[in-house]
Amino acid sequence: MLDYTAPSTVEEAVRILAGAPDTAKVLSGGTDLLVQLRSGRAKPGLIVDVKNIPGISDIREREGGFVIGASTPGAVIGECEALRQAWPGVVEAANLIGSTQVQGRASLAGNLCNASPAADSVPALIAARATCVVAGPNGRREVPVESIATGPGRTSLGPGEFILAFHLAKPPPRSADAYLRFIPRTEMDIAVVGAAVSLMLGAGGVCTDARVVLGAVAPTAILVPEASAALMGRKLDETALAGLDRAARRACKPIDDKRGTIEYRTKVAGVLARRAATLAYERAGERR
Amino acid sequence: MTKHHVSTIVNGEPTEFLCEPQLSLLDVLRDELHLTGSKEGCSSGDCGACSVTVDGRLVCSCLMLAVEAQGHAIETIEGMARGHILHPLQRKFLEHAALQCGFCTPGLLVAAKALLERNPNPTDTEARYWLAGNLCRCTGYDKVIRAVLDAAAELRGE
Repeated sequence: MLDYTAPSTVEEAVRILAGAPDTAKVLSGGTDLLVQLRSGRAKPGLIVDVKNIPGISDIREREGGFVIGASTPGAVIGECEALRQAWPGVVEAANLIGSTQVQGRASLAGNLCNASPAADSVPALIAARATCVVAGPNGRREVPVESIATGPGRTSLGPGEFILAFHLAKPPPRSADAYLRFIPRTEMDIAVVGAAVSLMLGAGGVCTDARVVLGAVAPTAILVPEASAALMGRKLDETALAGLDRAARRACKPIDDKRGTIEYRTKVAGVLARRAATLAYERAGERR
Repeated sequence: MTKHHVSTIVNGEPTEFLCEPQLSLLDVLRDELHLTGSKEGCSSGDCGACSVTVDGRLVCSCLMLAVEAQGHAIETIEGMARGHILHPLQRKFLEHAALQCGFCTPGLLVAAKALLERNPNPTDTEARYWLAGNLCRCTGYDKVIRAVLDAAAELRGE
């Protein structure tokens, strides 16, 4: 037996979710949840649709940064010109999820909480140092995006908790991000590997900050500090790129499946990290 | 099981229905409202045969619960022609033979209409990417794309 409710306040949603910790499922865009309901993989007793909460499907600019409502569809994210300018990597990652139709519903919170290792938006959000606002019985807490997914299909969210919004800071001067995904075709597939890079340039075009995140090569998206370190204090010369490539490959703990073998995913992770870094570097260089 | 009362606008008409919470919008469109133009291909959001718009936004009606339609405006393939006057996209699909079995056609038309409302002059590549979520196993897509671009030109008055 399934029931459905669509609370219109955060407090009401938290109360309902906390009252049914084992059986309630949060519904945002539904592009993963509905497929799981139909296949029987998810068997909730109660669906809590959070989209009636004011602001949860909107994007707001704040102090040069952005508050992206948890349920904002990918298509709306892609149409936000200011966000595209500021965080092109986050936008291109969010827009890679599914088809035009899926983009009409799919949300960042759903992509994150579905906790697929191959979720496209997650590496880009982590590289951009995005945080999320988690609402729950003890009020609200703001945590880094990388603290949410703990393994395939598992999150750190406690009973009664759900994600309300994502925060992206104003990008520093001469910084930029990029996300690239490898799939065996050009559309409509799940990442074999995803690579997100966010970096900042200092005097002489050397990297003064870098974040490298890989998707689909471990149980969750992984931040690779050794790969970031390979870029620090350097222009994107071959030494830096080779160090990045090596560190990215070393960080991989992928699975073998129909989309790629362990060996293949590992190799592609290095190549994709190089290309994403190159793209982010070019974008940062074009900014003042 | 509790049935939910849902008020929507379907193809411009205020429409109400009762539904169980697990039913998709596609289930209700087809079985309750008897709008059988939207097709069930995959039920997993991969094929696009069930494409409709919700408040002007293209979606798969199989990936939405019917209860989520509360307060929203739905457009289906049934709302595309004006009486017996076909929409230019429908006419161009016939002229270019952009269909064979026809199962994917309603979804393709709804998706193509949503494209042209946003981008009246799409390139071949833009049209192909926009329609990548509409699977067709008959045409090989070339005729579909030709029909869409030709309809776009007509709608631009060229």
